[in-house]
Order: sequence, then C-alpha cells, then structure tokens
Amino acid sequence: MDKTFPNPEAAVADIPDGASIAFGGFFTCGSPIYLTRALAGQGARNLTVISQTIGVGNWELNLLVNNRQVKHAICNYPFARSASKSSPFEKQLHNDEVTCDVYPMGTFIEKLRAGAAGLGAFYTPTGVGTIVAEGKETRIINGKEYLLEFALKPDYAFIHAWKTDKHGNVIFHKTAQNYNPEMAKSANITIVESENLVEPGELDPNAIHLPGIFVERVVKVARPRIQIGIETAPEEL
Amino acid sequence: MSKLGEIKGITRELIALRIAQEIPDGSYVNLGIGIPTLVSNWIEGRDMILQAEIGMLNCGPIAEGNDVDQDCINASCQPVTEVPGACYFSDCESMIMLRGGFIDYAVLGALQVAENGDFAGWNIPSSGRGKIGNIGGSMDLAVGAKNLYIAMEHINNTGEPKILKRCSYPLTARGVVKKIFTNLAVIEVTPEGLVLREVAPGISAEEVQSLTEPGLIIARDLKEISV
Repeated sequence: MDKTFPNPEAAVADIPDGASIAFGGFFTCGSPIYLTRALAGQGARNLTVISQTIGVGNWELNLLVNNRQVKHAICNYPFARSASKSSPFEKQLHNDEVTCDVYPMGTFIEKLRAGAAGLGAFYTPTGVGTIVAEGKETRIINGKEYLLEFALKPDYAFIHAWKTDKHGNVIFHKTAQNYNPEMAKSANITIVESENLVEPGELDPNAIHLPGIFVERVVKVARPRIQIGIETAPEEL
Repeated sequence: MSKLGEIKGITRELIALRIAQEIPDGSYVNLGIGIPTLVSNWIEGRDMILQAEIGMLNCGPIAEGNDVDQDCINASCQPVTEVPGACYFSDCESMIMLRGGFIDYAVLGALQVAENGDFAGWNIPSSGRGKIGNIGGSMDLAVGAKNLYIAMEHINNTGEPKILKRCSYPLTARGVVKKIFTNLAVIEVTPEGLVLREVAPGISAEEVQSLTEPGLIIARDLKEISV
C-alpha cells in the first residue's frame, strides 16, 4: 500500500474551493510549510483554515491569506502577541473580509480528537463563565458546570513529520509533534510531508506516533531551515 | 497617586524567587509568559518537573548555540533544552494534563484578579480586538491546575489597581486563583476575602491597601516577604 506522491504539488492538486484544512504546527515548530506553499500555488479559494495560529510563526499561511484564499479560520491563538503587530489575517478580519472562531487550546484540539473518534460533541469545564461560553449549552455533571462543544472533522489535514514509511506510519520529532497527530486522525484526507521516507519495516513499530491507517498521502521533503521566534516574519518565504 | 514613584517593592526576579519557594518539591509545574517564566531561573537543584504545553515534560532552560533545535520549543516559541527524564507528547495529551488536573502548580500572569478568585488575562478591551483573542492554553490551565498562582505587578501602567472587587475585562476563569504574588505583597484568596500574608520590605499594609480595590484582611502573622 504505497501512499507516496512525487511532490507537494501533486499531493494537494485535487483540493477544491471551499475545503476545510487542518494545519499542524505550533508557531514555527512542526508546520507543514511545503504543502502550504504548494496550496498557495494551486490556488483553491474560500478555504477554512484550522490551525493554532494564522501567520504568526507559521508564516507560510500568510501566502494563502495574501492570495485571498482564506475565508474562515478556527484557531486558539489567532494573532501576534502585540496588537500593534497585526498579521495580514488580523487586518483582513478587522476589515470584515474573513471570519474567525477562537477556542481554548484544549477545546480546539479536543474538537478534532472527537471528530477523529466518531463522536458528535463533548462537555468541557474550560471556558465556563467566560466569553467562550456565550450562546453555548451548559450542563451540570456531578455538581460541576460544563460547556457543550461540537466535534470538528476537516476535509484535509496537512502534517509535518520526521520519519514516515510508505504505508504512512509516522514518527514525529520532539515538540514538532504538537497538534499533528489529532489533526491527522480527524481529517478525511491526511497528507504528510516527511523529512525522511523509508520502506515499510524500517521504522521501529514500538516508536510509531501515528499509525498509517490515519494517513492517505505521503510526500518526501527536505528538512526545512527554520528561524525560531514569532516577533518578525523572515524576509523570504 | 503621587506616591506611585516611591512604591516599588521587589523586582520581578524576586517575585519569581518567592513563588519558587512556595512550590514544594515533587510538583509538576506549568509556567506562563512574563514573570512566571522567571520562576524557572530559581529551581536549579529542586525536585520539580516543568511541563511545556506544546507537549514536553522536563523542559529545561532556554537553549543557546549548538543546543538550539528548531523542533524543540516552549509555548512562547523559545528554543529550550531537555533535562534528564524528558518526554514529548501531543498537544491533545498536554491538554489532558492541564484540564484533567495533573498540574500541581500553575503560575500565570494576569491583567486583573478579583477578590472571589476570578481572573482576566487574555483580552485587553482597549486593544480593539473585540471578542477574538489569544486564549491559547490559559483557560484549560486555569480550570484544571490544582493550585493556580498569579504573578504580576500590583498596579497597571496607568497606576490603577489590578486587584479588584470584580474583573471588568473578559475572564480567563471563575474562582480559581489561590494566591497572588506581586511586587508589593503576597495575598491569599479565601472564602472570607483576600488575606494579606506578606508585604515587601519597606512597604506597609496600609500602602498595599491603598493600591488594592477590595478590602484586605490583614493576617495576624503578617510578615515581610523574605527571599
């Protein structure tokens, strides 16, 4: 079951307008930069982007934002830390050109986990009594108040991996794991860009973070050179 | 207000040291951005494990030079080192640790803290960002941590108290703060109200009260902050 694609462009070629896509990565760490660049070239529009943040550390998402490919974002930390350094997405949001839903980090990732696990929704204590709870159903369980939050199932997930075999079994590297596993499990079509691509049997079966059943496409990429930090975008993208 | 320039209290580093003293050995600890991060400078040799919400236990000091790995950062996007016993995991598992009650001590900054233990730390209404903002993991940590400590300056940049009867900014969580550590005081949140436990050297209880909106209960054994 060889899931390899020849390059990122081929792996994203069929993504239609209006697709929802989960992007792994936590700021600069573990973001699928090659697949994101390929999607900017491919040009699909009216996209829903599901990502920790949008154009803060994961600078490649600004290519999609600046191309006006993004219509909606679902994030837990959408903006630059300082309001004076607004990202291209924040500027478009301010002009009502795009929309954004924000969830606490645990709710954000649990929505994806629930979607992956075939659940419809879950109750969480996070956000009770805050803006996050506005308009949401609450329920007292064992004397404690919880919010109802719904599952999320993206059409696609873009994942950055360290080592992957041709069946799509994945090993992540250090904190580049972050949101990647649950995003991969939740999406209908999961595309993995991997710094290393090996034959089945070459990875230690005990070390697999993401079993291949959750992965549809794999593409080999170079190890990116990343400048750590979220204050300033690099010159070249 | 004229006294503002004179009332300095202790430095941010010493607030962090005072908190490090308060956290017992054997604790799993999560530190937020700002003064809380400085607590990590005071735990060398202590039996404490730092959790980084990106997905790491035994997160070590900031990495420099050849120790920097682009795949190893903390939640503030700083390169970090591993200390022996480190492990990595997904953000989903990290949030289980935060929300599920596995973090013994969480230290967070705040914009406002109320006498009932509410606090606000993610949204400054004057920023113009409306209801959309950088919540990150703060709400999960706030509802799940066994002990939530706030580390902050006692008053804001314009000289207004940050410790209030009720928060006016959007909340991070309701009724979760256990203790507040500032440049002027250590204050405990109790069902009876805020108890002033310690004051900074050279600062009187009356001065702390004058910069705090709700009435403070002065502890019978009120002490000077000693670090």
